[in-house]
Amino acid sequence: MTIEFLIDIIILGFLVITAVGIAVSKDLFASVMLAGIYSLLSAVFFVVMDAVDVAFTEASVGAGISTILMLSTLTLTGQFEDPSRHNKILGFVVVFITGSLLIFGTTDMPIFGDAFAPVQLHLAPHFIENSYAEIGLPNIVTSVLASYRGYDTFGETVVIFTAGIGVLSLLGFSSGSSTRLSSVIAPMSQHKILRVVSKILIPPILIFALYVQFHGDYGPGGGFQAGVIFAAAIILYAMVFGLDTARRVINQSVVQVLSALGVLLYGSVGLISFLNGKNFLDYSALAHDPLHGQHYGILLVELGVGITVTAVMVSVFFTFASRVDKEHGGNA
Amino acid sequence: MSQYNYWVVIILMMIGFYIVISHGNLVKKLIGLSIFQTSVFILYISMGKVTGGTAPILDPDYTVFSNPLPHVLILTAIVVGIATTAVGLALVVRIKEAYGTIEESEIQQKDDEEC
Repeated sequence: MTIEFLIDIIILGFLVITAVGIAVSKDLFASVMLAGIYSLLSAVFFVVMDAVDVAFTEASVGAGISTILMLSTLTLTGQFEDPSRHNKILGFVVVFITGSLLIFGTTDMPIFGDAFAPVQLHLAPHFIENSYAEIGLPNIVTSVLASYRGYDTFGETVVIFTAGIGVLSLLGFSSGSSTRLSSVIAPMSQHKILRVVSKILIPPILIFALYVQFHGDYGPGGGFQAGVIFAAAIILYAMVFGLDTARRVINQSVVQVLSALGVLLYGSVGLISFLNGKNFLDYSALAHDPLHGQHYGILLVELGVGITVTAVMVSVFFTFASRVDKEHGGNA
Repeated sequence: MSQYNYWVVIILMMIGFYIVISHGNLVKKLIGLSIFQTSVFILYISMGKVTGGTAPILDPDYTVFSNPLPHVLILTAIVVGIATTAVGLALVVRIKEAYGTIEESEIQQKDDEEC
């Protein structure tokens, strides 16, 4: 117990220090980098808490994509915040009162790690005991995500797709701006080591993403994580070799179509089971053997999730980056 | 001491909340919001932990597993979180273009002048 407790306390302590650092820093660049560190630390904490799938997602999303998006926003909006206008005292009072009430509320919470806490007694025992017989996959998280709670995941995928549309409609994608030959988003082009290293790294990242995608049934991983990792490889390419080069490799309109196709694939799997006389997203209708049907269904659904997540992340990054390009290209 | 996890979660949540309400810069507010969000993730994952348990991937060598349900909920929440953050950042960029600033009070000032 003691060593786990020690690791726990150290990680949580680092998390608090990082969060305080973000709160006091006036430099937004430092805040964003600290936020990346914060995400990575919470991913480590999730591993300690046995949530390997979650840790995987947090590490790739929080420390990777989110930091990049925030940095590209900073290049458009400026690096420093105005420190004079904070209403500090009122903020402290509100936060202190809310925090005290919440801490008072935790006295009613069950003891941490209690196997007989109410949260452990419903649903979870069913998933742990029966999921292998009903779904046939060792990774319970994947079984619950793609099969038991398939509706939920479908909804989440639609939300991600919608967010992609939101960013596109807010920042727009003007194809006219990409006619310029020299792109500003190629600041690394003169760094030979970066170029060589990223050229070596990108193929393994892509293969790893595919492994995470298709091995998610048996180990940590799945469509969400694979999608983000796949997108990270493309974003790395775009950052090192320039947006225009990346656009030549990956057509943005194809990416936009793909983001819709992923959702469509997910929905069609549901419709097929519907047409075969079972409930929406009941994969046992997909093959004669219900377990095989579950396998097919989960594979297809995870693929749909992966395609949508990749496409949305890539098109969001492209949209932000082309904004940065246009802004700074105009001044140069 | 058995609930130290939850207390740290509340401290983190309050730091995020403080950034959201008392900082005027919109990017900073979004960073605060993501701290708040992550603290909620930590709360959920902490609740799913079973002492002596292992990651919920079935293996004949283990019998005690942590609760997989919070993991599923938080996994999807993280990806949805980044998607909504992206929309927020896009809004910030548009506000910067329309107002020339992303400080809340200056935006308010410009709005008042126009009225």
